[in-house]
Amino acid sequence: MSSGSGSLSRYIAIRILLVVPMMWVLLTLVFFLLRVAPGDPVSAAFGGKLSEEALDVRRHNLGIDRPLIVQYLEYLGQVARFDFGKTISDNRPVLDLVRDNGGATLTLTIGAFVFAVIVGIPLGRLAGRYRDSWGDIFIRLFGVLTYAAPIFWVGIMLVLLVVKLFPGWPTSGIASPITVFTVQPKTHVLLLDAIFSGDGTAISDVLKHHVLPCFTLGLLLSGVIIRLVRVNVIQAMKGDYVEAARARGIAERHVVRRHAFRNALVAVVTVIGLQVAATLAGAILTERTFNWPGLGTQLVKYILARDYIAVQGLVTFFALIVVLTSVFIDVINGLIDPRVRY
Amino acid sequence: MRNLLRQIWNTKGLARWILLTGTIITVVFVVFALFAPWIAPFDFNQTRDASGVKFEKLGSPGAGHLLGTNDQFFDIFSRVIWGARTALEVVLLSVILSVAIGVPLGLVSGFLGGWVDRVLVFVMDAIYTVPYLLLAIIFAFMLNDKLGSGIVAAALSLVAIYIPQYFRVVRNTTVSAREATYVEAARAIGAKPTTIMRKYLFGNVVQSVPVIGTLNAADAVGTLAALGFLGLGIQPNEASEWGYDLSRALDDAQAGVWWPALWPGLAIILLITALTLVGEGLNETLNPALRRRRLRKVQFTDRVRTSDTEEVAPR
Repeated sequence: MSSGSGSLSRYIAIRILLVVPMMWVLLTLVFFLLRVAPGDPVSAAFGGKLSEEALDVRRHNLGIDRPLIVQYLEYLGQVARFDFGKTISDNRPVLDLVRDNGGATLTLTIGAFVFAVIVGIPLGRLAGRYRDSWGDIFIRLFGVLTYAAPIFWVGIMLVLLVVKLFPGWPTSGIASPITVFTVQPKTHVLLLDAIFSGDGTAISDVLKHHVLPCFTLGLLLSGVIIRLVRVNVIQAMKGDYVEAARARGIAERHVVRRHAFRNALVAVVTVIGLQVAATLAGAILTERTFNWPGLGTQLVKYILARDYIAVQGLVTFFALIVVLTSVFIDVINGLIDPRVRY
Repeated sequence: MRNLLRQIWNTKGLARWILLTGTIITVVFVVFALFAPWIAPFDFNQTRDASGVKFEKLGSPGAGHLLGTNDQFFDIFSRVIWGARTALEVVLLSVILSVAIGVPLGLVSGFLGGWVDRVLVFVMDAIYTVPYLLLAIIFAFMLNDKLGSGIVAAALSLVAIYIPQYFRVVRNTTVSAREATYVEAARAIGAKPTTIMRKYLFGNVVQSVPVIGTLNAADAVGTLAALGFLGLGIQPNEASEWGYDLSRALDDAQAGVWWPALWPGLAIILLITALTLVGEGLNETLNPALRRRRLRKVQFTDRVRTSDTEEVAPR
């Protein structure tokens, strides 16, 4: 592709502009799925618990006695201002939920991602380089298993293992109650708060709680990364430039590292970015498994409370994150991939 | 159909083994599902034996209860067997429905082109960007209120996430097939658009549907379990569902009790693996691109391996 730098900035601009219609389709979908169907959010949340008049008052306060189209426009307006509404059941702004619980989800996913990359990339590279060897078969089997095994089952099995082998190691929650109580909340990310407090026991307590959930979610992701890296290394090894490098007499390990692997990584970065969606889904399940106080746990809680506005707000937030990261990755990829740059 | 069977019969080597292993395990689960009342010693919601004595809570595996009982006094072996029936019912229903909606939609969209096509592609792409589990959660959340929490609601929540996949594949094949000479010839002899779609395009674009169908089936087993695990799936009095049983086993696991969690999970893994193997095997058998390459001995392993790994990668 021989295109000037003008096409790169155009590509980025178009990609960013496309976010708006895409988000609009998603928001419309979420709104109408949750709201158009007969029955209303208030009676779903409080039905049978309050009198009909009290329900009407709440409906009026929430503004859901107005025509649907008005509510729809208002919802779009709210989201444009990064306001995701207030929960019905306990009247909290969804943004507060994101602030209070987003940190736990963030540290969980980042930890898992780091683990997955550290484990996945070297293993995938090994499997790709020594393909069809026993090591390759074993690594691929591991990849298949992480795909077939439900993440929550893997989590439960790990809990059982830890409970048997290391009694006393935390298997539930993000920290001991005492730590949560003593650490000053500043950043709403417990791990950072613990670090800022400078309290050694608090830091190690929070870190210990992170190990098992991050490991579980990381296993799921590492399976994906292994497959990707392996395929891309194999493809890159077939490239002419690898042949050329070999012909120049460069040692095989340098060929693999400098020529094949680096090129393979470009493709991997894109697809890893697409894993954000899978990571979020995995995080919701992991949080439920380990009683992790993140956004997934909140989502489940409000689902069980049949709180339409909370579910709508949280789902909108998740969708926003996914769409924005996918754009971000596309832009990054446009910047780092030499085939686009030149 | 006969053509399909002949192709399967003609497979060789790895593809054959993959297909065979997957089919055998799947058949075992189908047998479980069909003959659950005879294979399972108890009903899926039975908590007392024939003489009215209540089962032990969290009874360990052994005599009486082969795999033990769980915290709801259910016999785990029976729940696992009955769970196969639930899983297969949901999977079958959701795959059939999403094929029935996604394939015609893709065909029409690809054939007509124009703004209909553009709008549909855009909407499907937007749906595709949402994490599949999140989409299933929204649908299950909504449907549970309207339809109750039974098999139909669970299957319908899965349908939504698979329609875009069929739509994409069928639409793209249609777009490329539309310009083919045989379609032009059909048009020249005055065939109506519906005839062209039905008689000329349909047979050519459904080739990949069996493969996507089986891979989706594997995916559906996992997603159904995930929904059940989050409390959005099928309730225990309606049917036995593995994911729900796993969510009940959470607290027991914290206490070190292993048997309520182990078996439903193993069942899920086995069924997913088996269906994936069938899908991969079918892919290598039916995909004309892969099939043609098989003739070239040297290229064979490379090509097949590469594309099969790509196929499995979840999005």
